[in-house]
Amino acid sequence: MSMIRHVTAPLIDRNPVTLQILGICSALAVTTSLTTALTMSVALTVVLCASAAIISAVRRHIPSSIRLIIQITIIASLVIVIDEFLQAYAFQISQRLSIFVGLIVTNCVVLGRAESFAMRNPVWPSVLDGLGNGLGYSLILMIVGGVREFFGAGTLFGQAVVTTQADGGWFQPLGLMSLAPSAFFILGLLIWAIRSLRRDQIEEPEYRLVTKEAEQ
Amino acid sequence: MADPLTIWRRFLARKNDDPVKTFGVAVLVAFISAVVVSTTSVTLKPLQDAHLAAARAARIEAMLDTLPGLRGLMEEAGITALETRMVELSSGSFAPEVVYDDFDSIAAAEDPATGIAIPPDADIAGLKRRENHAPVYLLERDGDLMLLVLPMRAVGYQSTITAMLALQPDLRTIAALTITGQGETPGLGARIADPNWASLWPGKQIANDSGEIVINVVRGQASGPYQIDGISGATRSSNAVGAMLQFWLGDLGFGPFLDRLESEGL
Repeated sequence: MSMIRHVTAPLIDRNPVTLQILGICSALAVTTSLTTALTMSVALTVVLCASAAIISAVRRHIPSSIRLIIQITIIASLVIVIDEFLQAYAFQISQRLSIFVGLIVTNCVVLGRAESFAMRNPVWPSVLDGLGNGLGYSLILMIVGGVREFFGAGTLFGQAVVTTQADGGWFQPLGLMSLAPSAFFILGLLIWAIRSLRRDQIEEPEYRLVTKEAEQ
Repeated sequence: MADPLTIWRRFLARKNDDPVKTFGVAVLVAFISAVVVSTTSVTLKPLQDAHLAAARAARIEAMLDTLPGLRGLMEEAGITALETRMVELSSGSFAPEVVYDDFDSIAAAEDPATGIAIPPDADIAGLKRRENHAPVYLLERDGDLMLLVLPMRAVGYQSTITAMLALQPDLRTIAALTITGQGETPGLGARIADPNWASLWPGKQIANDSGEIVINVVRGQASGPYQIDGISGATRSSNAVGAMLQFWLGDLGFGPFLDRLESEGL
Protein backbone atom coordinates (compact mmCIF):
# COMPACT_ATOMS: atom_id res chain seq x y z
CA MET A 1 0.00 0.00 0.00
CA SER A 2 2.79 2.39 0.91
CA MET A 3 4.42 1.52 -2.44
CA ILE A 4 1.41 2.86 -4.35
CA ARG A 5 1.87 6.20 -2.55
CA HIS A 6 5.18 6.65 -4.40
CA VAL A 7 3.16 6.73 -7.62
CA THR A 8 0.04 8.62 -6.50
CA ALA A 9 1.57 11.30 -4.27
CA PRO A 10 3.48 13.14 -7.05
CA LEU A 11 0.34 13.36 -9.20
CA ILE A 12 -1.21 16.29 -7.31
CA ASP A 13 -0.06 16.40 -3.66
CA ARG A 14 3.65 16.58 -4.47
CA ASN A 15 3.52 17.35 -8.17
CA PRO A 16 7.01 18.23 -9.45
CA VAL A 17 5.71 21.04 -11.69
CA THR A 18 2.97 22.72 -9.67
CA LEU A 19 4.35 22.24 -6.14
CA GLN A 20 8.10 22.22 -6.70
CA ILE A 21 7.99 24.38 -9.87
CA LEU A 22 10.53 22.14 -11.63
CA GLY A 23 10.75 21.40 -15.35
CA ILE A 24 9.05 24.67 -16.33
CA CYS A 25 11.30 25.27 -19.37
CA SER A 26 10.14 22.22 -21.28
CA ALA A 27 6.58 22.70 -20.04
CA LEU A 28 6.55 26.01 -21.93
CA ALA A 29 8.34 24.82 -25.03
CA VAL A 30 6.66 21.57 -26.04
CA THR A 31 3.04 22.24 -25.09
CA THR A 32 1.84 23.98 -28.25
CA SER A 33 0.23 20.69 -29.27
CA LEU A 34 -0.83 17.54 -27.47
CA THR A 35 1.22 15.26 -29.75
CA THR A 36 4.55 16.88 -28.85
CA ALA A 37 3.51 17.17 -25.19
CA LEU A 38 2.67 13.45 -25.09
CA THR A 39 5.93 12.41 -26.76
CA MET A 40 7.92 14.60 -24.39
CA SER A 41 5.99 13.18 -21.41
CA VAL A 42 6.65 9.58 -22.43
CA ALA A 43 10.34 10.32 -23.10
CA LEU A 44 10.76 12.03 -19.72
CA THR A 45 8.90 9.30 -17.82
CA VAL A 46 11.06 6.58 -19.43
CA VAL A 47 14.27 8.49 -18.63
CA LEU A 48 13.08 9.15 -15.08
CA CYS A 49 12.23 5.48 -14.36
CA ALA A 50 15.36 4.08 -16.01
CA SER A 51 17.72 6.57 -14.36
CA ALA A 52 16.07 5.96 -10.96
CA ALA A 53 16.53 2.19 -11.38
CA ILE A 54 20.19 2.40 -12.46
CA ILE A 55 21.24 5.04 -9.94
CA SER A 56 19.44 3.26 -7.12
CA ALA A 57 21.05 -0.07 -8.06
CA VAL A 58 24.58 1.35 -7.84
CA ARG A 59 23.88 3.88 -5.07
CA ARG A 60 26.09 2.14 -2.49
CA HIS A 61 29.12 2.40 -4.76
CA ILE A 62 28.80 6.00 -5.96
CA PRO A 63 31.56 8.05 -4.31
CA SER A 64 29.90 11.13 -2.86
CA SER A 65 32.58 13.45 -4.25
CA ILE A 66 31.63 12.66 -7.86
CA ARG A 67 28.01 11.61 -7.38
CA LEU A 68 26.44 14.44 -9.40
CA ILE A 69 28.73 13.78 -12.35
CA ILE A 70 27.92 10.06 -12.23
CA GLN A 71 24.19 10.80 -12.10
CA ILE A 72 24.38 13.25 -15.00
CA THR A 73 26.45 10.80 -17.08
CA ILE A 74 23.87 8.06 -16.58
CA ILE A 75 20.95 10.41 -17.30
CA ALA A 76 22.66 11.92 -20.36
CA SER A 77 23.36 8.47 -21.84
CA LEU A 78 19.72 7.48 -21.40
CA VAL A 79 18.56 10.71 -23.01
CA ILE A 80 20.82 10.19 -26.05
CA VAL A 81 19.52 6.64 -26.43
CA ILE A 82 15.89 7.86 -26.28
CA ASP A 83 16.65 10.64 -28.75
CA GLU A 84 18.23 8.16 -31.17
CA PHE A 85 15.16 5.92 -30.91
CA LEU A 86 12.83 8.85 -31.59
CA GLN A 87 14.88 9.84 -34.65
CA ALA A 88 14.71 6.28 -35.93
CA TYR A 89 11.06 5.45 -35.20
CA ALA A 90 9.25 8.79 -34.81
CA PHE A 91 11.15 11.05 -37.18
CA GLN A 92 8.45 13.71 -37.68
CA ILE A 93 7.91 14.22 -33.96
CA SER A 94 11.63 14.23 -33.21
CA GLN A 95 12.02 17.04 -35.77
CA ARG A 96 9.30 19.05 -34.01
CA LEU A 97 10.75 18.46 -30.54
CA SER A 98 14.20 19.45 -31.90
CA ILE A 99 16.51 20.06 -28.96
CA PHE A 100 13.99 19.59 -26.17
CA VAL A 101 14.46 15.82 -25.89
CA GLY A 102 18.20 16.43 -25.50
CA LEU A 103 17.42 19.03 -22.85
CA ILE A 104 15.76 16.39 -20.64
CA VAL A 105 19.30 16.07 -19.24
CA THR A 106 18.97 19.52 -17.72
CA ASN A 107 15.39 18.96 -16.56
CA CYS A 108 15.49 19.51 -12.81
CA VAL A 109 12.84 16.83 -12.21
CA VAL A 110 15.20 14.05 -13.32
CA LEU A 111 18.28 15.10 -11.37
CA GLY A 112 16.10 16.17 -8.43
CA ARG A 113 14.54 12.71 -8.06
CA ALA A 114 17.90 10.96 -8.58
CA GLU A 115 19.60 13.04 -5.91
CA SER A 116 16.80 13.17 -3.34
CA PHE A 117 15.17 9.75 -3.74
CA ALA A 118 17.02 7.17 -5.85
CA MET A 119 20.34 7.77 -4.03
CA ARG A 120 18.74 6.77 -0.71
CA ASN A 121 16.13 4.12 -1.57
CA PRO A 122 16.03 0.57 -2.99
CA VAL A 123 15.44 -0.03 -6.69
CA TRP A 124 11.71 -0.80 -6.71
CA PRO A 125 10.49 2.23 -4.70
CA SER A 126 12.84 4.41 -6.77
CA VAL A 127 11.31 3.21 -10.04
CA LEU A 128 7.81 3.81 -8.67
CA ASP A 129 8.83 7.26 -7.47
CA GLY A 130 10.26 7.97 -10.94
CA LEU A 131 7.06 6.72 -12.55
CA GLY A 132 4.92 8.84 -10.24
CA ASN A 133 6.91 12.00 -10.87
CA GLY A 134 6.97 11.28 -14.60
CA LEU A 135 3.18 10.89 -14.59
CA GLY A 136 2.76 14.03 -12.50
CA TYR A 137 4.85 15.99 -15.00
CA SER A 138 2.94 14.35 -17.88
CA LEU A 139 -0.42 15.25 -16.34
CA ILE A 140 0.47 18.95 -16.19
CA LEU A 141 1.96 18.87 -19.71
CA MET A 142 -1.18 17.25 -21.10
CA ILE A 143 -3.47 19.78 -19.39
CA VAL A 144 -1.41 22.75 -20.59
CA GLY A 145 -0.95 21.19 -24.05
CA GLY A 146 -4.67 20.42 -24.35
CA VAL A 147 -5.74 23.95 -23.40
CA ARG A 148 -3.14 25.55 -25.68
CA GLU A 149 -3.89 23.36 -28.68
CA PHE A 150 -7.67 23.69 -28.32
CA PHE A 151 -7.76 27.46 -27.92
CA GLY A 152 -4.75 28.10 -30.15
CA ALA A 153 -5.73 26.00 -33.14
CA GLY A 154 -9.15 24.47 -32.46
CA THR A 155 -7.70 20.96 -32.64
CA LEU A 156 -6.81 18.13 -30.24
CA PHE A 157 -4.04 15.70 -31.26
CA GLY A 158 -4.17 17.41 -34.66
CA GLN A 159 -7.85 16.49 -35.16
CA ALA A 160 -10.19 19.43 -35.74
CA VAL A 161 -12.64 19.76 -32.83
CA VAL A 162 -14.26 23.05 -33.82
CA THR A 163 -14.17 24.64 -37.26
CA THR A 164 -11.95 27.72 -37.33
CA GLN A 165 -12.94 30.91 -39.14
CA ALA A 166 -10.24 30.23 -41.71
CA ASP A 167 -12.12 27.08 -42.69
CA GLY A 168 -15.50 28.80 -42.70
CA GLY A 169 -16.52 28.06 -39.10
CA TRP A 170 -17.12 30.41 -36.15
CA PHE A 171 -14.05 29.72 -34.01
CA GLN A 172 -11.39 32.41 -33.87
CA PRO A 173 -8.08 30.83 -32.69
CA LEU A 174 -6.27 32.70 -29.93
CA GLY A 175 -2.84 33.57 -31.29
CA LEU A 176 -1.52 34.09 -27.76
CA MET A 177 -2.02 30.40 -27.00
CA SER A 178 0.61 29.35 -29.52
CA LEU A 179 3.20 31.58 -27.79
CA ALA A 180 5.23 30.55 -24.75
CA PRO A 181 3.76 33.12 -22.27
CA SER A 182 0.33 31.48 -22.46
CA ALA A 183 1.87 28.38 -20.83
CA PHE A 184 2.88 30.60 -17.89
CA PHE A 185 -0.71 31.85 -17.53
CA ILE A 186 -2.18 28.34 -17.66
CA LEU A 187 0.44 27.00 -15.23
CA GLY A 188 -0.21 29.93 -12.89
CA LEU A 189 -3.95 29.33 -12.95
CA LEU A 190 -3.38 25.62 -12.35
CA ILE A 191 -1.15 26.27 -9.35
CA TRP A 192 -3.69 28.75 -7.99
CA ALA A 193 -6.52 26.23 -8.40
CA ILE A 194 -4.56 23.41 -6.75
CA ARG A 195 -3.42 25.57 -3.84
CA SER A 196 -6.95 26.87 -3.26
CA LEU A 197 -8.12 23.27 -2.86
CA ARG A 198 -5.06 22.02 -0.97
CA ARG A 199 -4.20 24.85 1.37
CA ASP A 200 -1.27 22.90 2.90
CA GLN A 201 0.66 23.47 -0.36
CA ILE A 202 0.80 27.22 0.27
CA GLU A 203 4.32 28.08 1.34
CA GLU A 204 5.03 30.32 4.32
CA PRO A 205 6.48 33.60 3.09
CA GLU A 206 10.15 33.91 4.02
CA TYR A 207 9.74 37.52 5.15
CA ARG A 208 6.70 39.43 6.28
CA LEU A 209 5.99 43.10 5.89
CA VAL A 210 7.11 44.86 9.02
CA THR A 211 4.26 46.90 10.45
CA LYS A 212 4.70 50.19 12.29
CA GLU A 213 3.61 48.76 15.65
CA ALA A 214 6.01 45.82 15.48
CA GLU A 215 8.86 48.17 14.75
CA GLN A 216 8.35 50.21 17.92
CA MET B 1 47.35 -14.42 -8.65
CA ALA B 2 43.84 -13.63 -7.47
CA ASP B 3 41.02 -14.39 -9.88
CA PRO B 4 39.11 -11.45 -11.42
CA LEU B 5 36.05 -12.01 -9.26
CA THR B 6 38.05 -11.55 -6.07
CA ILE B 7 39.67 -8.38 -7.44
CA TRP B 8 36.19 -7.08 -8.35
CA ARG B 9 34.84 -7.88 -4.84
CA ARG B 10 37.83 -6.23 -3.23
CA PHE B 11 37.30 -3.17 -5.44
CA LEU B 12 33.63 -2.93 -4.42
CA ALA B 13 34.52 -3.43 -0.76
CA ARG B 14 36.79 -0.40 -0.79
CA LYS B 15 35.50 2.71 0.94
CA ASN B 16 33.53 5.06 -1.30
CA ASP B 17 35.86 8.01 -0.68
CA ASP B 18 38.92 5.91 -1.51
CA PRO B 19 40.75 7.49 -4.51
CA VAL B 20 41.10 4.16 -6.33
CA LYS B 21 37.38 3.49 -6.04
CA THR B 22 36.41 7.04 -7.01
CA PHE B 23 38.59 6.84 -10.10
CA GLY B 24 37.49 3.29 -10.92
CA VAL B 25 33.77 4.06 -10.64
CA ALA B 26 34.18 7.15 -12.83
CA VAL B 27 36.01 5.18 -15.53
CA LEU B 28 33.53 2.29 -15.41
CA VAL B 29 30.45 4.52 -15.64
CA ALA B 30 31.97 6.51 -18.51
CA PHE B 31 32.98 3.32 -20.34
CA ILE B 32 29.61 1.57 -20.00
CA SER B 33 27.73 4.75 -21.00
CA ALA B 34 29.97 5.17 -24.05
CA VAL B 35 29.39 1.57 -25.15
CA VAL B 36 25.60 1.86 -24.74
CA VAL B 37 25.38 5.19 -26.57
CA SER B 38 27.60 4.16 -29.48
CA THR B 39 25.88 0.79 -29.91
CA THR B 40 22.45 2.44 -30.12
CA SER B 41 23.72 5.12 -32.45
CA VAL B 42 25.37 2.66 -34.86
CA THR B 43 22.43 0.21 -34.85
CA LEU B 44 19.81 2.87 -35.52
CA LYS B 45 21.82 4.81 -38.11
CA PRO B 46 20.34 3.07 -41.22
CA LEU B 47 16.77 3.79 -40.07
CA GLN B 48 17.58 7.45 -39.35
CA ASP B 49 19.33 7.84 -42.71
CA ALA B 50 16.27 6.46 -44.49
CA HIS B 51 14.12 9.11 -42.78
CA LEU B 52 16.59 11.85 -43.68
CA ALA B 53 16.66 10.71 -47.33
CA ALA B 54 12.85 10.73 -47.45
CA ALA B 55 12.78 14.21 -45.91
CA ARG B 56 15.34 15.38 -48.49
CA ALA B 57 13.26 14.00 -51.37
CA ALA B 58 10.17 15.70 -49.94
CA ARG B 59 12.04 19.00 -49.76
CA ILE B 60 13.09 18.77 -53.42
CA GLU B 61 9.47 18.03 -54.35
CA ALA B 62 8.40 21.05 -52.30
CA MET B 63 11.01 23.16 -54.08
CA LEU B 64 9.59 22.13 -57.46
CA ASP B 65 6.17 23.17 -56.20
CA THR B 66 7.40 26.68 -55.40
CA LEU B 67 8.61 27.30 -58.95
CA PRO B 68 5.78 29.01 -60.81
CA GLY B 69 4.45 27.09 -63.78
CA LEU B 70 6.98 24.29 -63.47
CA ARG B 71 4.47 21.61 -62.52
CA GLY B 72 2.33 22.59 -65.52
CA LEU B 73 5.34 22.32 -67.83
CA MET B 74 6.27 18.92 -66.41
CA GLU B 75 2.72 17.64 -66.81
CA GLU B 76 2.58 18.91 -70.39
CA ALA B 77 5.82 17.14 -71.20
CA GLY B 78 4.67 14.02 -69.39
CA ILE B 79 7.56 14.11 -66.90
CA THR B 80 7.00 13.29 -63.23
CA ALA B 81 10.52 13.73 -61.90
CA LEU B 82 13.76 15.46 -62.81
CA GLU B 83 16.36 13.56 -64.79
CA THR B 84 19.57 12.74 -62.95
CA ARG B 85 22.92 12.80 -64.72
CA MET B 86 26.46 12.46 -63.45
CA VAL B 87 28.94 15.19 -64.30
CA GLU B 88 32.71 15.06 -64.22
CA LEU B 89 33.43 18.29 -62.37
CA SER B 90 36.93 19.03 -63.74
CA SER B 91 35.97 18.78 -67.43
CA GLY B 92 32.31 19.66 -67.07
CA SER B 93 31.17 16.85 -69.34
CA PHE B 94 28.57 14.24 -68.55
CA ALA B 95 29.92 10.96 -67.21
CA PRO B 96 27.33 8.27 -67.96
CA GLU B 97 29.75 5.56 -66.81
CA VAL B 98 29.39 6.60 -63.17
CA VAL B 99 26.37 4.96 -61.53
CA TYR B 100 24.13 7.34 -59.61
CA ASP B 101 22.31 4.76 -57.47
CA ASP B 102 23.37 5.20 -53.85
CA PHE B 103 26.11 7.60 -54.90
CA ASP B 104 27.56 9.13 -51.75
CA SER B 105 29.22 12.49 -52.44
CA ILE B 106 30.98 12.73 -49.09
CA ALA B 107 32.35 9.17 -49.23
CA ALA B 108 33.50 9.79 -52.82
CA ALA B 109 35.29 12.97 -51.76
CA GLU B 110 37.09 11.17 -48.92
CA ASP B 111 38.37 8.36 -51.18
CA PRO B 112 41.65 9.38 -52.92
CA ALA B 113 40.55 7.41 -56.02
CA THR B 114 37.32 9.37 -56.49
CA GLY B 115 38.06 12.71 -54.85
CA ILE B 116 40.72 15.42 -54.64
CA ALA B 117 42.01 17.68 -51.91
CA ILE B 118 40.93 21.30 -52.25
CA PRO B 119 43.82 23.81 -52.04
CA PRO B 120 43.43 25.65 -48.69
CA ASP B 121 43.22 29.12 -50.27
CA ALA B 122 40.38 27.99 -52.57
CA ASP B 123 38.52 26.12 -49.84
CA ILE B 124 36.03 28.87 -48.96
CA ALA B 125 33.30 26.36 -48.11
CA GLY B 126 35.52 24.57 -45.57
CA LEU B 127 35.13 21.17 -47.22
CA LYS B 128 38.83 20.10 -47.39
CA ARG B 129 38.06 17.48 -50.10
CA ARG B 130 35.84 17.36 -53.16
CA GLU B 131 34.52 14.43 -55.22
CA ASN B 132 35.43 14.07 -58.92
CA HIS B 133 31.87 13.39 -60.05
CA ALA B 134 28.63 14.97 -58.92
CA PRO B 135 24.98 14.43 -59.84
CA VAL B 136 22.95 17.19 -61.48
CA TYR B 137 19.19 17.13 -61.87
CA LEU B 138 17.68 18.64 -64.96
CA LEU B 139 14.44 19.18 -66.75
CA GLU B 140 14.80 18.99 -70.50
CA ARG B 141 12.26 19.41 -73.27
CA ASP B 142 13.04 18.73 -76.91
CA GLY B 143 16.75 19.17 -76.24
CA ASP B 144 16.24 22.52 -74.47
CA LEU B 145 17.14 22.90 -70.81
CA MET B 146 14.16 24.07 -68.73
CA LEU B 147 15.64 23.86 -65.24
CA LEU B 148 18.95 22.82 -63.77
CA VAL B 149 19.31 21.74 -60.14
CA LEU B 150 22.77 21.51 -58.57
CA PRO B 151 23.47 19.81 -55.23
CA MET B 152 25.87 21.67 -52.92
CA ARG B 153 27.30 21.50 -49.45
CA ALA B 154 29.43 23.60 -47.12
CA VAL B 155 30.64 23.51 -43.55
CA GLY B 156 28.55 25.89 -41.45
CA TYR B 157 28.87 26.92 -37.83
CA GLN B 158 28.53 23.43 -36.35
CA SER B 159 27.35 21.14 -39.14
CA THR B 160 27.57 20.42 -42.83
CA ILE B 161 24.89 22.32 -44.70
CA THR B 162 23.53 20.66 -47.84
CA ALA B 163 21.42 22.46 -50.40
CA MET B 164 19.92 22.32 -53.86
CA LEU B 165 20.27 25.31 -56.16
CA ALA B 166 17.83 25.53 -59.08
CA LEU B 167 18.90 27.68 -62.03
CA GLN B 168 16.76 29.08 -64.85
CA PRO B 169 17.68 28.04 -68.43
CA ASP B 170 19.88 31.17 -68.79
CA LEU B 171 22.19 29.55 -66.16
CA ARG B 172 22.47 32.94 -64.41
CA THR B 173 19.16 33.46 -62.66
CA ILE B 174 18.37 31.55 -59.46
CA ALA B 175 15.02 29.80 -59.58
CA ALA B 176 15.16 28.55 -56.01
CA LEU B 177 17.52 27.59 -53.22
CA THR B 178 16.51 24.88 -50.80
CA ILE B 179 18.51 23.86 -47.75
CA THR B 180 18.09 20.08 -47.69
CA GLY B 181 20.08 19.29 -44.59
CA GLN B 182 21.68 21.16 -41.69
CA GLY B 183 22.37 20.73 -38.00
CA GLU B 184 22.91 24.37 -37.07
CA THR B 185 21.83 25.84 -33.72
CA PRO B 186 18.04 25.52 -33.42
CA GLY B 187 16.40 28.94 -33.43
CA LEU B 188 19.56 30.70 -34.66
CA GLY B 189 21.60 29.21 -37.48
CA ALA B 190 18.87 26.71 -38.27
CA ARG B 191 16.81 29.61 -39.63
CA ILE B 192 18.72 29.29 -42.92
CA ALA B 193 16.19 26.51 -43.64
CA ASP B 194 13.22 28.87 -43.08
CA PRO B 195 10.97 29.38 -46.11
CA ASN B 196 11.19 33.13 -45.44
CA TRP B 197 14.90 33.20 -46.14
CA ALA B 198 14.56 30.82 -49.08
CA SER B 199 12.10 33.28 -50.63
CA LEU B 200 14.87 35.93 -50.92
CA TRP B 201 16.80 33.89 -53.48
CA PRO B 202 14.61 33.44 -56.56
CA GLY B 203 15.37 36.02 -59.26
CA LYS B 204 18.90 36.83 -58.03
CA GLN B 205 21.81 36.54 -60.47
CA ILE B 206 24.79 34.32 -59.71
CA ALA B 207 27.24 36.02 -62.10
CA ASN B 208 27.81 39.49 -63.52
CA ASP B 209 28.05 40.31 -67.24
CA SER B 210 31.68 39.24 -67.48
CA GLY B 211 30.78 35.82 -66.09
CA GLU B 212 32.37 36.30 -62.67
CA ILE B 213 30.54 34.59 -59.78
CA VAL B 214 29.49 37.50 -57.58
CA ILE B 215 26.45 36.22 -55.68
CA ASN B 216 27.00 36.74 -51.96
CA VAL B 217 25.33 36.95 -48.58
CA VAL B 218 25.86 40.38 -46.97
CA ARG B 219 25.18 41.95 -43.60
CA GLY B 220 22.69 44.75 -43.36
CA GLN B 221 20.87 45.98 -46.40
CA ALA B 222 21.30 43.84 -49.49
CA SER B 223 21.06 45.71 -52.76
CA GLY B 224 21.26 44.79 -56.40
CA PRO B 225 20.74 41.44 -58.07
CA TYR B 226 23.82 39.77 -56.57
CA GLN B 227 23.27 40.28 -52.83
CA ILE B 228 21.20 38.42 -50.25
CA ASP B 229 20.50 39.67 -46.73
CA GLY B 230 22.20 37.52 -44.09
CA ILE B 231 20.14 36.42 -41.09
CA SER B 232 20.97 38.37 -37.94
CA GLY B 233 21.99 35.96 -35.19
CA ALA B 234 22.92 33.44 -37.87
CA THR B 235 25.88 35.21 -39.46
CA ARG B 236 28.17 32.19 -39.64
CA SER B 237 25.47 29.93 -41.05
CA SER B 238 24.19 32.38 -43.66
CA ASN B 239 27.74 33.33 -44.71
CA ALA B 240 28.45 29.62 -45.15
CA VAL B 241 25.54 29.41 -47.58
CA GLY B 242 27.02 32.31 -49.58
CA ALA B 243 30.46 30.66 -49.58
CA MET B 244 28.84 27.40 -50.63
CA LEU B 245 27.37 29.01 -53.76
CA GLN B 246 30.65 30.73 -54.60
CA PHE B 247 32.62 27.52 -54.24
CA TRP B 248 30.26 25.21 -56.09
CA LEU B 249 29.62 27.64 -58.94
CA GLY B 250 33.36 28.32 -59.21
CA ASP B 251 36.18 26.55 -61.04
CA LEU B 252 36.45 23.69 -58.54
CA GLY B 253 32.70 23.13 -58.52
CA PHE B 254 30.19 23.21 -61.36
CA GLY B 255 31.94 26.17 -63.09
CA PRO B 256 33.36 24.13 -66.00
CA PHE B 257 30.01 22.36 -66.40
CA LEU B 258 28.09 25.64 -66.53
CA ASP B 259 30.61 27.10 -69.03
CA ARG B 260 30.26 24.06 -71.24
CA LEU B 261 26.46 24.19 -71.07
CA GLU B 262 26.54 27.85 -72.06
CA SER B 263 28.79 27.30 -75.07
CA GLU B 264 27.70 23.87 -76.25
CA GLY B 265 24.26 23.32 -74.80
CA LEU B 266 23.18 19.98 -73.39
